[in-house]
Amino acid sequence: MRSILPILTVLLAIVAVWYAAAVWMNSTWTYDQAARAGVEVTFGEVVADTLAQERPVLPAPHQVAKGLWDGLFGQKVTSKRSLVYHGWITLSATLLGFAIGTVMGIALAVGIVHNRAMDMSVMPWAIASQTIPILAIAPMIIVVMNALGLQGLVPKSIISAYLSFFPVVVGMVKGLRSPDAMQLDLLRTYNASAADVLLKLRLPASLPYLFASLKVGVAASLVGAIVGELPTGAVAGLGARLLSGSYYGQTVLIWAALFAAAIVAAGLVMLIGLIERISLRRMGLAR
Amino acid sequence: MSGAAISPGWIVAAVIAAGAAFVDLRLAMLLALWLGAWFVNARLSRLKGPLPRWLVPAIFGLTLLALWELAVRLFGISPVILPAPSAIAARIAGSLPILWADFVQTALKGALTGYVLGCGAAVAVAVLIDRSAFLQRGLLPVGNFVAALPIVGIAPIMVMWFGFDWQSKAAVVIVMVFFPVLVNMVAGLKATEPMQRDLMATYHASYWQTLWKLRFPAALPFLFNGLKIATTLALIGAIVAEFFGSPIVGMGFRINASIGQLSLDMIWAEIAVAALAGSAFYGLVGFIERRVTFWHPSQRR
Repeated sequence: MRSILPILTVLLAIVAVWYAAAVWMNSTWTYDQAARAGVEVTFGEVVADTLAQERPVLPAPHQVAKGLWDGLFGQKVTSKRSLVYHGWITLSATLLGFAIGTVMGIALAVGIVHNRAMDMSVMPWAIASQTIPILAIAPMIIVVMNALGLQGLVPKSIISAYLSFFPVVVGMVKGLRSPDAMQLDLLRTYNASAADVLLKLRLPASLPYLFASLKVGVAASLVGAIVGELPTGAVAGLGARLLSGSYYGQTVLIWAALFAAAIVAAGLVMLIGLIERISLRRMGLAR
Repeated sequence: MSGAAISPGWIVAAVIAAGAAFVDLRLAMLLALWLGAWFVNARLSRLKGPLPRWLVPAIFGLTLLALWELAVRLFGISPVILPAPSAIAARIAGSLPILWADFVQTALKGALTGYVLGCGAAVAVAVLIDRSAFLQRGLLPVGNFVAALPIVGIAPIMVMWFGFDWQSKAAVVIVMVFFPVLVNMVAGLKATEPMQRDLMATYHASYWQTLWKLRFPAALPFLFNGLKIATTLALIGAIVAEFFGSPIVGMGFRINASIGQLSLDMIWAEIAVAALAGSAFYGLVGFIERRVTFWHPSQRR
């Protein structure tokens, strides 16, 4: 807990730099307006104006906070202007895709560990896929699914699933192989079947690896869902909010959507961290 | 599916494939191709030596391509939904100048510039905060937190600030690669042992001498870990940022524009280029790592 003070200091410094940058970046517009109106402005007036513009180049933190507050609590959650509504649309696609990707990733990892041909065929491609910017195919998946008559939740989830799939495969293969030869030999002396080895040794031993990849995977899933919302043209979701904000130059809107996305991401990662801590402690694996 | 002779699993699979022939001959052909290739791979994977290590994944990849091509031809899948690999290859061969221009714009100007600046800044900040345990305790949790956020979302903001050209893409990339590299570098600078630092102290080495001769080399394995993660992030950042606005060149622009024209072969061509660029970039960093950290246990053969 002794890190609280340093973290707060760093956060305060970020906010201070942010305010300074807001004044600096927005002042051009203020001076332009003043010159057009033919009035002189004092430095105090400039600062006051730069922190309260309608469409600032960089919104001040309190403007973003207000935009976020309005978006979250300022209206009914069913409203098209509510960030809760858009956040839920993105979150549901993320969660569905993440669940699909995780289940399929674990299944493939189990197959890879038990079948040598599968290991040698699939594993190099799974590792190579980590270096490929897979996110680039997101728009195409959306459009192709659209052409096939699938809209809304499913295409976005497929992208999310795809993005979380490979980290889970790679992490789980590592995890399922983490029991050492001594432990495997012990189970062999018990005459344990392959299913027993999997359920009673490999799966429990793989959990720390699984949770590490789940954290990576859920963050990737969210990015996938957000990017998946871009090509449909700003209909619904946090990605759509980002896009419409950038179309209409509403910077406060963009920043509010960005922070909403950050809150969702942080919440998801923390949730997995919590589940990790509880389950590892119950299993006696906690460090 | 192990065992010396043909196991029951294979017989069942063959029966299923034969049964599929009664339903749809085309389906049976695909199944047969898949089973045949898998059978070869299962046999090959039992051999020892370096050859199967290369051959098995290659056969697997080629089989997937062949299945894709066959499926598209046999079922007459519209090129608006899934173009055949041959069509994509033809498109790549036919539009090399466009692909090269897009590659230069996105990968070299956007991603590479941002990557170099972002990683450089991260290393510099890591060295700067190295002497302050207070700043490290503050910055590391924040950095770890930010590394998990969907940072690509800042793309529209950067496009507003820095314009449509590659500068805005480089800015997105800088922010994306900064935190993973910073966190790894700070961890790396802690990687020396007290005994080693004591030795430097007995030599009366200054702080900077210790940093340069001992702690920086010791940090390299950690740094390269971060640099390798950052290669993929850099390309993703540069491509996705182009979805929010770009000049009429660039991989992200081409993908977005081709969607409007439903020319999916062009999108697949760009994806192939992106995959090649990503692997080459990662491979290059990995190659430098092997040359620079040859002394590390993970690199020894």
